[in-house]
Amino acid sequence: MRHTRIKAAIAVLGLSLSLAACGDAGSDDDGGADVEVKENAADEFDDGTYMKELAEAGKITVGVKYDQPGLGFKGATDDIPSGFDVEIAKLLVADLGIDPADTDATTWEETISDNREPFLEQGKVDLVLASYSITDERRQVVGQTGPYFTTGQQVLVKSDSDVESIADLKGEEVCSVTGSTSIDRINEEGAKGVGFDSYSECVQKVLDGTVSAMSTDGSILAGFAAQNEGQLKVIGDEFSEENIGVGYSLEHPEMCEWINGVLEESFENGSWEKAFEDTLGPSGVETPDPPTLDECPAA
Amino acid sequence: MKAVFDEFDAYLQAFGYTLALFLVSGVLSLLLGTVLVAMRVGPVAVLRSAAGVYVTVVRNTPLVIVFAFFSFAGPTLSIQFNWFKVSIGDYDFTSLFCYAVLSLTLYTSTFVCEALRAGINAVPLGQAEAARAIGLPFGGVMRQVVLPLAFRAALPPLASVQIALIKNTSVAAVFGIAEATANMRSLLNDFGATQRFGIFACFALGYIVIVEVFSFLSYRLERRWRVAT
Repeated sequence: MRHTRIKAAIAVLGLSLSLAACGDAGSDDDGGADVEVKENAADEFDDGTYMKELAEAGKITVGVKYDQPGLGFKGATDDIPSGFDVEIAKLLVADLGIDPADTDATTWEETISDNREPFLEQGKVDLVLASYSITDERRQVVGQTGPYFTTGQQVLVKSDSDVESIADLKGEEVCSVTGSTSIDRINEEGAKGVGFDSYSECVQKVLDGTVSAMSTDGSILAGFAAQNEGQLKVIGDEFSEENIGVGYSLEHPEMCEWINGVLEESFENGSWEKAFEDTLGPSGVETPDPPTLDECPAA
Repeated sequence: MKAVFDEFDAYLQAFGYTLALFLVSGVLSLLLGTVLVAMRVGPVAVLRSAAGVYVTVVRNTPLVIVFAFFSFAGPTLSIQFNWFKVSIGDYDFTSLFCYAVLSLTLYTSTFVCEALRAGINAVPLGQAEAARAIGLPFGGVMRQVVLPLAFRAALPPLASVQIALIKNTSVAAVFGIAEATANMRSLLNDFGATQRFGIFACFALGYIVIVEVFSFLSYRLERRWRVAT
């Protein structure tokens, strides 16, 4: 009896492992655009800089979101996340001579809105590209440079809704993610923000009619409207402006110039545009002009 | 901490929602829990096992899953409260509030039921027998003899169940209620970079105050209700 149980347990374990292996096999080719990994990158950086340290170690940890389709998203069977944030991160990682597709060399850590600053301060991640809005408050404790992307908040409603903009929703419940900047903006516009755990839950609430609208960055909404074509539509002008930047630790201020350098290069050689078209393009967002980078603070 | 004091009204309003959730679900869960326990100890076998199954299933399900079930599966099963809309002052109670109250009530009532069952077990059998002997029907035995004694005996565990409910209301933060935890997460997003500790402390303090006031009241009630032995 005892032996049968152990055997059964081993069989179950074996089965689940083989299932996990199946999951892996399917995701080999959806790692997004290939980026060219720079060779001998360590030689290009000055001694004593953090970039040199990372390039010599050949390992880097990047904080990204796992739950925002088009920006930073990791499905259950994906090895590495995908999205625009991730593509930009790959450019940075490759510039250090590290292979972003190799999960031994590049660790894609999930950072949620609450833990981005602590993770940078504690050195758990080296870079954060997690739809990280640049604010003065955050710049007091972490380094932020860019923006590599600007976006604004819009409204998503059912296709048959006659709501035309956020102004039509005064006093009404509008869904967004609990604790996000979007929910504060909704309240500022006179609507009543109700928070859920993720944007996909809000989509569900709009579809089942519990709330009449949801609101967050237009790029995210466009993705959901494309997913539910014919049922949902994005309306109104953008009523906020978010500058999405790269986060780094203030202990390594020299990283700012390097990040800006890589971003500038990607703006010029078309890799920024390609990253945008590969990730946000399919949801119908037109590729904008690259934003203007902020100057790095004097070190 | 400054962030909290700058918008102290929002802080109070958020705890207002926490309190509203607690008060409504607390009262409803006590009522439903009492009905459940009467079913569990009653003479009708079907009701007895129905209540037993209900308690086993709901008590062993994580609260978040109960919430998710009513929030997401509810509307498709036509459990809808879209007709519900009550505004009292600055507070709006809508269908999302109903879902939260429903989830919290159904979940907490199982714990109320079990706490009360412990109380009923503490009532000496002779009391129930005496009540039967004077000709009271089951309802009368429960209402006039057993439950009043059981409530007294079960007051401390009932208070614990309700304290757990106060803290469980925080789950509603991710189901559309702008209660204290949701407000805290908002502030952490805006000011977390520099005032993380202070914000946590302020909100923990808010919960502690509510729980302490409630505990104090329950101690008072315990002393008042103490049966002379």
